[in-house]
Amino acid sequence: MATPTETSQKEHDAWLEQVEKGEPSTLHSRPQPMQWVLGAIAVVVAGFVVVTFANAKIDWPVTFSYVFNPLILEGLSKTIIITVLSFVIGLVLGVVFGTMRLSENKVLAGIAWVYVWIFRGTPLLVQLLLWFNLALILPSIWFPGFGVVSTVAIMTPMMTAIVGLSINEGAYLAEVIRGGILSVDHGQTEAGSALGFSRWRTMRIVILPQAMPAVLPNLGNSAIGLLKTSSLASLVSYPEIVNRAQSLYFVNGRVMEILLVVAFWYLVCTSVMSVGQYYLERHYGRSLTRKTGPVQKLSDRIIHSLLRRRHGDSTAS
Amino acid sequence: MAIPRLPKSGSAGSAGFEVQNPGTIEVRQVHKSYGSLEVLKGISLQCHAGETTCIIGPSGSGKSTLLRCMNNLESPDLGHIELDHDVIGFERNRFGRLMTAKQKHVQRQRMQIGMVFQRFNLFPHMSAIENVMVAPRTLKGLSKQAARDEALLQLERVGMIDRKDAFARNLSGGQQQRVAIARALAMRPSVMLFDEPTSALDPELVGEVLQVMRDIAAEGMTMVVVTHELTFAHDVASRVVFMDGGRIVESGHPSEVLMNPKEERTINFVSRVFSSGKAA
Repeated sequence: MATPTETSQKEHDAWLEQVEKGEPSTLHSRPQPMQWVLGAIAVVVAGFVVVTFANAKIDWPVTFSYVFNPLILEGLSKTIIITVLSFVIGLVLGVVFGTMRLSENKVLAGIAWVYVWIFRGTPLLVQLLLWFNLALILPSIWFPGFGVVSTVAIMTPMMTAIVGLSINEGAYLAEVIRGGILSVDHGQTEAGSALGFSRWRTMRIVILPQAMPAVLPNLGNSAIGLLKTSSLASLVSYPEIVNRAQSLYFVNGRVMEILLVVAFWYLVCTSVMSVGQYYLERHYGRSLTRKTGPVQKLSDRIIHSLLRRRHGDSTAS
Repeated sequence: MAIPRLPKSGSAGSAGFEVQNPGTIEVRQVHKSYGSLEVLKGISLQCHAGETTCIIGPSGSGKSTLLRCMNNLESPDLGHIELDHDVIGFERNRFGRLMTAKQKHVQRQRMQIGMVFQRFNLFPHMSAIENVMVAPRTLKGLSKQAARDEALLQLERVGMIDRKDAFARNLSGGQQQRVAIARALAMRPSVMLFDEPTSALDPELVGEVLQVMRDIAAEGMTMVVVTHELTFAHDVASRVVFMDGGRIVESGHPSEVLMNPKEERTINFVSRVFSSGKAA
């Protein structure tokens, strides 16, 4: 460090005196100029981006006029409907196949493994197109109780979207559920069976409540991801919000204005879902010993889950 | 419904509670292998009603496996175990063959057998009293009030009534183990199995758990205890069984097996454990 100047010598003497008197030393945190430099750089870059886009020729009044456009709102409601339906069906599939993979029955476990392998290993868009064009290879399907039905009649855009999204979602959620169950200590299962609980009771009373804290963040992220991926349904001509937006701007050419409105609505929905997820997690995390760590701030959670890319994270974590 | 009052039992182990129906466990020629590793090589053993049997031995000797066979957490490859002349985990079919029992049958048997684990295994999402209430309530169909009364009774028995609303994470290891014992007792079992109940505890917490076990033994419970606590075995056990390499090497009254062992391996083990101060 620097050579002792007169002032530093004085400080030092003062300190020695302080110590001598038995007083505690006064401590200071070192200034960290790099933090300021990094902050300044970030502000400049962000400013550049803002200035650039401030000059963009966006017709704001037109943009605002489309926020409550009936077609957009209708599309939004359809987006929400298929998201909810696909998530619920996907969750049922996920619980069924997730527990199947943990079954002692090797056939069940194998079937579940193949299901996950296929539907997680192929792009959702390809899956949707395959479902949509199913009639090409399978003109009619026999359903027990319903008899033979023409495939074209069932595979409407809405059915395609729901079948495609929920089966795909089920494959991801199966892994999430399986991971949650595996995260619970095996001693818990033993304690349950030693008391005389059946396997199903042990699962319901002992294992699943403990798996919840591990599962919920992933379920929340998956639901948010599903809302966004449901936009792919526009490509099998299901009239959800992106599809409606396209039908609008193909006519009047207001491409960017309408797409911004769409982005705005997605952001509103995902933010609402993040808040819901936060409270759900807090509710389930309360009585548990698990590794939740310090509770993140709500605002952090929202930003975090919005920035997260869809499935890369939910499986990696 | 009034809570049955217990006389304040001191630490002397005086019984305020009497076990109604202590069971007898009979192990006959039990063999068990994991792959090519033979863990139990023909174990025969009798645990009489109301008595405490301590199983001691080096780790890997098969003592925990034997204990886990007694409530069908593991099942023998050969030979069988009876609780009051009822074969554990197996049922006779119409040809008289012993077949793996149905889940329901095993569950009924397990309700008779309380088990205490090395790592306590309390349910962390339930409070102490909920841990004790859950099995009587769901398996015996007790009303909430009746299950609560039973739980309070058992928690008092193990001296945990003051912490009845605490969750496992806020309890010390010794306290968790006492709640785990209460949880097992609440099913009113006829036999209690203890799988190294004090091995995961800090030394200063071992005493409180052993004291509870002494009290229960004094109340006339049939107990089978896998343990390294030789002092406990000496004071409480009616019979000590020394196992090594999947066989019973020596068994008998603690004054013989612990104080005056005949087999070389027993002598080595006992002197090693005593000198390491584990049983101090």
